[in-house]
Amino acid sequence: MKNKMELAFSARSENESFARATVGAFVSQLDPTMDELTEIKTVVSEAVTNAIIHGYSENTDEMIDLFVELEEDVVRIVIRDKGNGIHNVEEARQPLYTTKPELERSGMGFTIMENFMDKVVVESEPMAGTTVTLVKRLSKQRALCN
Amino acid sequence: MGLLIDLEKRDNVLCVRLEGELDHHTALELREKVDSALETEGLTHILLNLKELSFMDSSGLGVILGRYKYVKTLGGEMVVCSISPHIKRLFEMSGMFKIVKLASNEMDALYVLGVAS
Repeated sequence: MKNKMELAFSARSENESFARATVGAFVSQLDPTMDELTEIKTVVSEAVTNAIIHGYSENTDEMIDLFVELEEDVVRIVIRDKGNGIHNVEEARQPLYTTKPELERSGMGFTIMENFMDKVVVESEPMAGTTVTLVKRLSKQRALCN
Repeated sequence: MGLLIDLEKRDNVLCVRLEGELDHHTALELREKVDSALETEGLTHILLNLKELSFMDSSGLGVILGRYKYVKTLGGEMVVCSISPHIKRLFEMSGMFKIVKLASNEMDALYVLGVAS
């Protein structure tokens, strides 16, 4: 059975912690390990930060959409902005690649998402926006108490 | 939860102790506070204690890398200590350990930086 949530929030940096804490609370129903929970919070933080800095160029009037779906052991997270879009997704996903080195961006956001999740899909169109889909299957080791 | 930044001067080392969450939102304050303390106190080294840091993402890597580059221009070093397994993974992923020295605790970090404790 699927369990879903959706949320829209302002593209403000204060909401980075709000977004990852909210997703963490929702995913906690599946009883993830501490490591899995930290990984999920981290990837949400990465994708939301990308939407704020790159998608919307820090224009706080814009909105970010967040969808989370739980089905059995699988967590599916979608983070969508209707901002600038990415011209070259392959290039953007390269480790250490950043368009904003002056802001001290590490260029590690997508690399972290790929390391922590089973699947990362980036759909983007210049001037239309970016949708990042993050999928992770939780381990079974936590099911001991059932 | 935000980020608490504790700064202390030990000889020519700026000890930076972080508690809470280091992300894009809190990174800017950390950058400003550390750079301003280095400048006003004329310090060249940074000791970064991450013992009480409960969360960090790639924005944290960016601001730490930025401070490393800054102390390098001053002829200084950066040593990071008391790092959690999660943050250690982020450091490994980004190759940070190739440039930043790691110590198990603050005393060892000060020793690496040549401060007798």
